Amino acid sequence: MESVKPILEFKKTCVSYTKQTMAVKYVSAAIERNTITAIMGPSGCGKSTLLRAVNLMHNLYQNIRVDGEILLNGENILSMEPIDVRRRVGMVFQRPAPFPTMSIYDNVLSGFELNGIKLSKAERDATVERCLRSVALWDEVKDVLNKKGTFLSGGQQQRLCIARALAMKPDVLLMDEPTSALDPIATKHIEELLLELQKEVTILIVTHNMGQAKRISSKSMFMYLGELVEYGDTETMFTNPVDERTKAYLTGKMG
Amino acid sequence: MTTFKIKNRLAKDKLMLWGVCILAALTAVPLLAILGEVLLRGYDQLSWSFFTEPTPTAYKAMKAIEAGERIPGGIANGIIGTMIMLGMAVLVAVPVGILCGAFLAENSKKRFAQVVSYLTDLLQGTPSVIIGIITYIWVVVPMKGYSAIAGSVALCIMMLPLIIRSTEETLKILPASLKEAGLALGGNKARVMLKVQLPAAFGGIFTGVLLAISRVIGETAPLMFTALGCSLIRFSIDKPISAVPLLIWEFFNDPNLQELIWGASLFLLLFVLTLNLTAKYLAKKWNQ
Amino acid sequence: MNDKLYKVILFIAALIVPIVCGGVVYALVTDAYDAFEHFGFFKFLTSSEWSYTEGAEQYGALPFITGTLTTTLLALVFCIPFSLPVALFVGEYFKGTRIAAVLSTVTDLLAGIPSIIYGLWGFYTLRPIIMALNISPQGSGILTASLVLAIMIIPYAASLSAEFIKMVPNDLKEGAYSLGATRAEVIGKVVFPVAGSGIFSSYVLAIGRALGETMTVTMLIGNTNNIPDSITSTGNSMASIIANQFGEADGLRLSSLIAIGLVLFLITAAINMVGKIMIKRARIS
Repeated sequence: MESVKPILEFKKTCVSYTKQTMAVKYVSAAIERNTITAIMGPSGCGKSTLLRAVNLMHNLYQNIRVDGEILLNGENILSMEPIDVRRRVGMVFQRPAPFPTMSIYDNVLSGFELNGIKLSKAERDATVERCLRSVALWDEVKDVLNKKGTFLSGGQQQRLCIARALAMKPDVLLMDEPTSALDPIATKHIEELLLELQKEVTILIVTHNMGQAKRISSKSMFMYLGELVEYGDTETMFTNPVDERTKAYLTGKMG
Repeated sequence: MTTFKIKNRLAKDKLMLWGVCILAALTAVPLLAILGEVLLRGYDQLSWSFFTEPTPTAYKAMKAIEAGERIPGGIANGIIGTMIMLGMAVLVAVPVGILCGAFLAENSKKRFAQVVSYLTDLLQGTPSVIIGIITYIWVVVPMKGYSAIAGSVALCIMMLPLIIRSTEETLKILPASLKEAGLALGGNKARVMLKVQLPAAFGGIFTGVLLAISRVIGETAPLMFTALGCSLIRFSIDKPISAVPLLIWEFFNDPNLQELIWGASLFLLLFVLTLNLTAKYLAKKWNQ
Repeated sequence: MNDKLYKVILFIAALIVPIVCGGVVYALVTDAYDAFEHFGFFKFLTSSEWSYTEGAEQYGALPFITGTLTTTLLALVFCIPFSLPVALFVGEYFKGTRIAAVLSTVTDLLAGIPSIIYGLWGFYTLRPIIMALNISPQGSGILTASLVLAIMIIPYAASLSAEFIKMVPNDLKEGAYSLGATRAEVIGKVVFPVAGSGIFSSYVLAIGRALGETMTVTMLIGNTNNIPDSITSTGNSMASIIANQFGEADGLRLSSLIAIGLVLFLITAAINMVGKIMIKRARIS
């Protein structure tokens, strides 16, 4: 069995909002390249907080502290420049939020625009097509690229947001309940998409939906009250959870 | 190359933050400068007689200056005039404004109410000097003379839209359940408005009235063509009367009286700013 | 009191507003009629003569329209570099903090200072500085008036812009940050474009304020009835010529002043309407 170097590794990661309470407590876990890892747990368990810490979102707000280490390709991102980290770690949020003042075309390229990176017309066209194709949106929008992104349906908007993140060619894609605001059909589309995408990017997805975790992820984390209770193969966790709390959650007795 | 670029961008980011902070802080400079100047130049003029005696004549003031003495007299005529005109204006503008605000809050979907709402904005945006002209045409010309009544009409027209707006907005943010509960208990609309909605909205309306007063108390232009000014202490409402801002304008234009500018300004400024801060404080307190 | 009577009373109270507004227009139009009839509407607006020699009276509004427009535009130019930072400070960088509340109070107080006191400060403090800097020999003029006017409209522009900057959804800002943007880039490329129409409309309303400002301008603009040839020269605005001459005028001159008042009223009304409509649109989107 070959040992795979993890792309992302949590080492005793803690996140605290105030001095007394910790939202995430000493989480340690290694995430393998090109996998989908689901993070589950009842609301308030710290799963979103952990995810956002990978993108250094806590830097935007005062009083949030992150301790321990988070290694991206072996480098501790907590001591790196946030804007550098965020370019290598993409993020998709709960509610689809394409930039309302930009066209679909510009939304895909917004990462370059925001980072002040100039591309040639050919590069731009190629990037837009590549990214929209990889989120299976190209055929639907190729004739309306100059329309505002906000004209699209919720599911399409969310795929546009995924395309926007993919355009920067991130190593890791973080997804914070990306389908919770969508209808079942749009959800199904996104799930199929994610299974395709794991070939090019490592995905870490927070989800409330156990079915979703089971359908798409190869690894799962279960968090409870800020602790990482269990982490392992999704198959094993669903069929034979080690911890009582995991079992209670998976059987619907909790959260 | 990329590290250089990131450094560059971070430097720009920092520059922006500092720029914003510095320029924002600079806006406090005029406030401090104005307060400082008025305080420093005005405070030694304040005395008991400054508030109890009327304005001296230019001749008296000139004599005093020649003799190297303090200018006698004060701004009592202005204070009394301001109080009289403001009192009359409030007496009319507050009830009418509250009723009109209640109308707008109750009928916000109706076409007529939308027209009234637009016109209220129009009135609020009308330059005060034009309110002065209008009052001159409406009141001064038919009454064949300047008067306290004319001045108070001008102030009243200026207060009206402010009170209407604050009443309307306060009533609109009251929970609908409040009104419904009142109606469910069998009260008719008028009773519910009077006994439930208006008392609940009291804080917002009161704050609105205070702000309206502070807005018009320093108005000069509309009073120039209506109240005109008068160097005597007067209580009659059908004759020309003075007001504190009018006195400041007079002192500004009369070289002999210039010493009195700062005392009068200090009084006006402190009055207005205190009213302002009180209103803001009350609004915050009642909002909790 | 029954519901019907209550409704009637409210209706009558509400009727006051249209009556007053109608009365304003009616009074201005009837009393300005003489001037317009005597000089012709367009001639009045485009003539730059203002002389009240008896028998050869000649009145035109152009110098004052020019004065009002230049002071207002200059005030706007001077105001933006301060009001925009204040709006960003209160609405974005330090949103919801104590220090932002302090700055809001400062601008509220600036808005509360009566215009005659601004005029005094401009006359006794700013004017000597302008003279000392050799910008203009007499100290008063378009520039001096505009500078003080700018300070007066900062609070209006800043507080309304801040409101729109605050309303930019957090989702969008986080989305931009997650792509690696710095705060300055998020502000420039997301916050401003999204809040843009609202910010723009708050400046339109600030212009509406500046157009009709009377006492400050009267005390600082220098009061000469000619078209200003540079920003340091003296002039008169529509409001200041009225403030200066209304009390002593009669006959055709009075009518001409009222005609200027009507023009000023129409301009401010138009600007305010446009501003309000734009704000409503910006709030909805």
